[in-house]
Amino acid sequence: MIELEQVAYSYGDGALLSDISLQLAPGSFHFLTGPSGAGKTTFLKLLYGALRPTSGYVRLFDQDVRDMDRDAIATMRRKVGVVHQDCQFLDHLPVDENVALPLAVAGYERGAEAENLAELLNWVGLNHRAAAHPAELSGGERQRAALARAVILSPDVILADEPTGNVDWDMSQRLLTLLIELNKMGKTILIATHDLGLIRTAKSHIQARVLRIANRNVQLAGADL
Amino acid sequence: MASRFGGLFADRQADRVVPPSGFTATLTVLASGAMAFLAVFSLALSLAAGRLADRWGSELSRGATVRIIAPQDQEEAQINAALRVLDSTAGIQTARRLSSAEQQALLSPWFGAELDLNDLPVPKLIEVTETPAGFDAEGLRLRLAAEVPGAILDDHSRWREPLTQAAGRLRILGLFCMVLIAGTMVAIITLAANAALSANAQVIQVLRLVGATDAYIAGAFVRRFTVRAALGAAVGIALAMLALALLPGAQDAAAILTGLSFAGWHWVLPLIVPPLAAIVALLATRAAARRSLERLS
Repeated sequence: MIELEQVAYSYGDGALLSDISLQLAPGSFHFLTGPSGAGKTTFLKLLYGALRPTSGYVRLFDQDVRDMDRDAIATMRRKVGVVHQDCQFLDHLPVDENVALPLAVAGYERGAEAENLAELLNWVGLNHRAAAHPAELSGGERQRAALARAVILSPDVILADEPTGNVDWDMSQRLLTLLIELNKMGKTILIATHDLGLIRTAKSHIQARVLRIANRNVQLAGADL
Repeated sequence: MASRFGGLFADRQADRVVPPSGFTATLTVLASGAMAFLAVFSLALSLAAGRLADRWGSELSRGATVRIIAPQDQEEAQINAALRVLDSTAGIQTARRLSSAEQQALLSPWFGAELDLNDLPVPKLIEVTETPAGFDAEGLRLRLAAEVPGAILDDHSRWREPLTQAAGRLRILGLFCMVLIAGTMVAIITLAANAALSANAQVIQVLRLVGATDAYIAGAFVRRFTVRAALGAAVGIALAMLALALLPGAQDAAAILTGLSFAGWHWVLPLIVPPLAAIVALLATRAAARRSLERLS
């Protein structure tokens, strides 16, 4: 599904990631940990084609990123739902239109998925906030709206970058529950996080692989997690 | 909720991904309106100059004048001789001696109605009208010089041609102004579109995150600018046409000033300005969007 082979990435002269080889199998659940600045966000961007590797190759859904132009990557990205820590909304649109944005850009017919949208907002507990604007939402509501937007096209892979970074414990558990539900539906999940408690909770419910970025490389974390 | 959600998918509503306000919106509408206003005046100038050139060309070219300057005792003989020459010249339809009253009427604007022509050495005039085929002016001059020494042929070309040329160039100048206006509009809309795209880098980032192609992103901005340019141009031409309609009516004495307007079906021509402005905006914004998306990638 997503495959990296001897991938390296550099910002200017400084190498951030090097010699990373990894596969994300369909339906698997992964955590990615590591200190701030280690390259977790960069690694995630490589996984959804926002960055191209300096060397090595990234293969997304059997396509080499090096052979894909911007539009091909954009189209491929509809199969990868992304949740950022800062959520990234269009602030002038209400929550329901922000959540439905992937449908609009994918060219869905008017109102074709309105029912699904309502169900999705209900699933993340935001149906009562559909008409609110992003600035009016709490941190947890924003994360849930971002998660709803990430899954509205029913992508095969969901990548979340510190999704619980701005929310309290209860909300982080609620978000984790949603992500575990998605995994049980067959979605491949990768969550970049500092939150070891979140990882431990998840591992008590599902089989999750924990990866750690260290020394510019991604390694399988030890049993201490 | 479903109805508000459905609105996002209408072509018009899909443009909602671009934030609705900002100085670029006002700049585009105002610039487009001002350019359309100027374009209509340039068009009116060009068409008025064209009409003037045609009138000078067609009306004056159909006539000529023969002046007889001779001693008083030979005047009648020379006039008659000139009339005989003119009557026998191919291409001349009529040749008619102007009466004293007619000559007095011609001079009265300068010398007053009480002028007695007998007191002045005023040449006698023969008014000539041509057939559509026209006559050979040089040949006629040579014949008159041989047979009527006091006759001078004036076929108006000496002063008609520079006027016709000037009017023709004025027409070209008007069209050139329209090209300049279109160029200026391209520059302003390109600047506005670039500013809007730069100011909305975050919007573009979000759209790319959710899988929007360059064509989708560019389309949203292009439609927004195209609609604004067309609206601004519509207001601009409405004001310009109103201003032209309120100008004083055309008078021969100052035709180039008072005739600066449209005639007949030409009043329809300004209506093509808003669609043209929209096309200009579409092309300019699309080019700007492509460059910006390349830069922001």
